Amino acid sequence: MSSNDQVSVVVTGLGATTPLGGDVASTWSAMLAGTSGVRRLTDSWVDSLPVKIAATAAVDPVAIVGRVQARKMDRCEQFALVAAREAWADAGSPQVEPYRLGVAVTSGIGGISSTLAAYDALNDRGWERISPYTVPMLMPNGAAGWISIEFGAKAGAHALVSACASGAESIGYGIDMIRSGRADVVIAGGAEAAIVALNIGAFARMGAMSTRNDEPERASRPFDKGRNGFVLGEGAGVVILESQEHALARGARIYAVAAGAGYSSDAHHISLGAPDGEGVAFAIKAALRNGNVLPSQVVHINAHATSTPGGDPLEARAIEAALGKDTAGVVVSATKSMTGHLLGGAGAVETVAAIMALVDRTAPPTINLDDPDDDLTIDLATKPRTLTPRVDGAPMAVLNDAFGFGGHNVALAFTEYVPASSTAAEA
Amino acid sequence: MTDQEILAGLAEIIEEIAGTPADEVTPQANFVDDLDIDSLSMVEIAVAAQDKFGVEIPDEQLKDLKTVQDVVNFVVKSS
Repeated sequence: MSSNDQVSVVVTGLGATTPLGGDVASTWSAMLAGTSGVRRLTDSWVDSLPVKIAATAAVDPVAIVGRVQARKMDRCEQFALVAAREAWADAGSPQVEPYRLGVAVTSGIGGISSTLAAYDALNDRGWERISPYTVPMLMPNGAAGWISIEFGAKAGAHALVSACASGAESIGYGIDMIRSGRADVVIAGGAEAAIVALNIGAFARMGAMSTRNDEPERASRPFDKGRNGFVLGEGAGVVILESQEHALARGARIYAVAAGAGYSSDAHHISLGAPDGEGVAFAIKAALRNGNVLPSQVVHINAHATSTPGGDPLEARAIEAALGKDTAGVVVSATKSMTGHLLGGAGAVETVAAIMALVDRTAPPTINLDDPDDDLTIDLATKPRTLTPRVDGAPMAVLNDAFGFGGHNVALAFTEYVPASSTAAEA
Repeated sequence: MTDQEILAGLAEIIEEIAGTPADEVTPQANFVDDLDIDSLSMVEIAVAAQDKFGVEIPDEQLKDLKTVQDVVNFVVKSS
């Protein structure tokens, strides 16, 4: 139990399928190597669009899910299931009473490619040609439903939608499910598969996307002066959250303590962040408070940093506002420089990366940061950087930031797991 | 088209949609109990059968088509 007497929640499994790799190990090693997952799209539909690049998934989910099941699932649901299976196996496939196992997995956009395919079928061949699986494929809660079926999770399957904060918000919700006593184990995360013409056109219309089509690998460049928008990515990230008591009872390997989550809403503009990142700073401070984490314990932040001209500096100011003088000791990484922006999957994949950074004590690099913004006061990693405790005896903490259109701000805090016996030995 | 040809065509469709091996698609097989095919997949099978055999299977008819032989009979009767 933490000092405010909450149930302690730990992370016991990780899963991911991303533009860098089909699992956590390959994604993480590609990240440490500073690999870009952004490619030139070869589909004919890009010809009429100003954006011709994206970070497509490294591994086709159909190959893993299987053809027959895949035809009933949207691609984003397939990604979610792939990541959930990896995370579940990684956690040792825990035995959990069904009504004590929950799911909080979502997508920011939902099954957009299935929606479009159904609309084409409707217009071209009539309503009878719409797949009877269209509704379960387009609904953003479809992944939560499929995962609950696969693992027999009956404590509740939830899909919180907050655009690009969805994946992180789902993990925060999963933490709360355990703390509030509703579940012992929660499968939590987010997924997206929205590399389609409509989506690219719509984001491009907002001026949000990079058009650096001739240099795909250099297009996503958070905090660099040459950035001109985000690059769309796809995939999923999933974590297994578990009450510490449950994890210890079954002898599970514990990656980290899911210390806390903080939220805010900007109430400012539907797609622009509030000036000076006030809401972001509030969410970061709230996550630290919620997790009983001191700013001086924070060694690393996996930033939301999408590579838009306006968003990145706003987050940098928010980090400084939230951490004050302790900002100086924090190594910040913007891994969207490599994965692109997975929208509803982003916060989940970046949470997996933040936890891996904590476990490996290494912050991944931010690539393409050739010419940083002039007034940057945060310490951005451009190469893998070793993380070391800043305060004697206090566990290291890492944060993940995630923000979404609609003004949603989420910050998650994770700390090193210190076994009770070693605490006693030190005391 | 013979019963045997319709059965073979149906087995192909079911293998494609539900992944059931063709040799399990016997005339007596019940879609729900034996082949584990749900009502949504039945809609897909019916549409594919319409294309393959050129007969219309109205949605309201689907609930009466419980076995593979029921579909074969329906196709024979309607063509």
